[in-house]
Amino acid sequence: MKAALLKVALATGLMAGVATGATAQQKNVTIAVSIPAATHGWTGGVVYHAQETAKQLEKGYPGLKVIVKTSPDGAAQANALDDLMAQRVDALVVLPFNSDELTDPVREVKKRGTFVTVVDRGLKDPSIQDIYVAGNNAEFGRVAGKYFVDNLKEGNVVVLRGIPTVIDEERVSNFEKALEGSGVKVIDKQYANWNRDDAFKVMQDFLSKHPKLDAVWASDDDMALGVLEAIRQAKREDIKFVLGGAGMKDMIKKVMDSDKMIPANVSYPPSMISTAMGVTAAHFYTNAPMRGTYTLDAQLITKDNAQEHYFPDSPF
Amino acid sequence: MTETVLRRGAERRKSTIDLRALSPFIALVALAIAGALINPDFLTASNILNVVTRSAFIAIIAVGATFVISAGGLDLSVGSMAALTAGVMILTLNSLSGADMSTIAIGMLAALALGAMCGLANGLIVTFGRIEPFIVTLGTMGIFRSLVVWLAAGGTITLRNFELRELYRPVYFGSVFGIPVPIIAFLVVAAIGALILYRTSFGRHVVALGSNEDVARYSGVPIWRVRTLTYVIQGICVGIAVLVYVPRLGSATPTTGLLWELQAITAVVIGGTALKGGVGRVWGTVVGAVILELVANIMVLSNFVSEFLVGAVQGAIIIIAMLVQRSVHRGR
Repeated sequence: MKAALLKVALATGLMAGVATGATAQQKNVTIAVSIPAATHGWTGGVVYHAQETAKQLEKGYPGLKVIVKTSPDGAAQANALDDLMAQRVDALVVLPFNSDELTDPVREVKKRGTFVTVVDRGLKDPSIQDIYVAGNNAEFGRVAGKYFVDNLKEGNVVVLRGIPTVIDEERVSNFEKALEGSGVKVIDKQYANWNRDDAFKVMQDFLSKHPKLDAVWASDDDMALGVLEAIRQAKREDIKFVLGGAGMKDMIKKVMDSDKMIPANVSYPPSMISTAMGVTAAHFYTNAPMRGTYTLDAQLITKDNAQEHYFPDSPF
Repeated sequence: MTETVLRRGAERRKSTIDLRALSPFIALVALAIAGALINPDFLTASNILNVVTRSAFIAIIAVGATFVISAGGLDLSVGSMAALTAGVMILTLNSLSGADMSTIAIGMLAALALGAMCGLANGLIVTFGRIEPFIVTLGTMGIFRSLVVWLAAGGTITLRNFELRELYRPVYFGSVFGIPVPIIAFLVVAAIGALILYRTSFGRHVVALGSNEDVARYSGVPIWRVRTLTYVIQGICVGIAVLVYVPRLGSATPTTGLLWELQAITAVVIGGTALKGGVGRVWGTVVGAVILELVANIMVLSNFVSEFLVGAVQGAIIIIAMLVQRSVHRGR
């Protein structure tokens, strides 16, 4: 086993030397991708984009092999990492379930000399990773808040929060920070668990409680859909728009079609896994330096740029 | 233990049965008064109708759970079953081309049939496999949930035909003589449930089985059939709940129906059905479901509970409501 690994390492080193030539040479590299299973919309998107990107990369770089492995929870992901390492891989792209549980298993992988790329949720020890591709939750909240300040100028808004987590806290606190000093006021917020049904209920109650609202920050596209249905049922005309987030295809479609209630969206793209896989493959096949941290912007999606965020075949 | 409970129950039955059955209603009224004091908007007709309409899914599912639980069983799979049934119903509707009533009828039949099949599977495994219902339904809970995730590929199953969606929408949002359709649906389900449980020999067999299986067996109750049927009834109730659920948002996601099983069981217990079996109260169950939804509503309407503490206050209210019920009962 050890000998085999050594051989691979040697071979990779040799190949790297060969590939410095300008022509793309045949070179065998295996990249393992470990991601959460499709248990809700966003991770469903991650799985879709990982599989699509795997196909594209294998076509683009002859000799490249990409193994995509999904796991239903943190412990299972740790086991999956063990299994993947038994298959002699050169690089690991991992979107960890959570930072605490997976830091040590990924460290073990790193100790074998594997190139490690971490996506979205950072590990507790950043020295393990060679590349870190991060989503930006603070920016997600800031961009949304700025949209309210720019477009509403003043008025009362209600906020639907996700599941009580660090992700949600970062988003909401930065949203509120962005509103500071403007005429836009958050008059109520409530958890709706990133869930359509819960968002529908909470919004019904918000509508009973507040006779006049100007806009809603649903902070997530699933929740935005529940909110829209509640507003429609109550036949309320006072609400000017609902802002969701994460770039679900149905919502991007509404932005493209100039839906009055859904004028914009904020991206938190599941396709960040593709970015990570791309730079990892490029590390092996090009001479450009790739190591480092890539922070993806949470972009404001409006009618002008909606097309580039629209993936009709993705489940999300 | 069982013996003393039985004997005490027999002694008290005459004087207290009405009051015990009444106590969930008393808790409901108390909550309504509290809600009105906290926020005057609580008593608006639209708010009350919203809340009662919303409780329809849990109420209908909990009527089925009343049968399972009063027969001494338990079904943890109802939430996942609802998600799977909703998913399959929407996929069925998507695969049909027409946008008329007959299309919806086929979808509805598919949902009811699947619900009944899932219930039958639970029932057969519990009876013929002789495995604890807790374990069986915990297993099927995982199976049903994964099947939805698989069918949706981790995304969302959405009713794609817009006309069909508009045609079906009134089943949740419409009303007859000012009463929303879902409320009518759960009243009808509860009435039929009460009729079966209280007025048929099957209903008496269910309760007999729940209070003492051995005695029931020696008295000639067809135990296996009765037990299996309670799970089938539960499955059909889940199917009916889905018929009302799908027109609301027109979609099913992997998080649809999450924790509904716990809400249904809570509604049943608040309603006065014994968790260990032997007593079933259908109308109490329905009130229990409304109480649960009411508590959540009051939390959002109140201005003084931080969103971080909603869960704690909700839990406390439910426990207090149960204590109030119990003290009313003891007072006599």
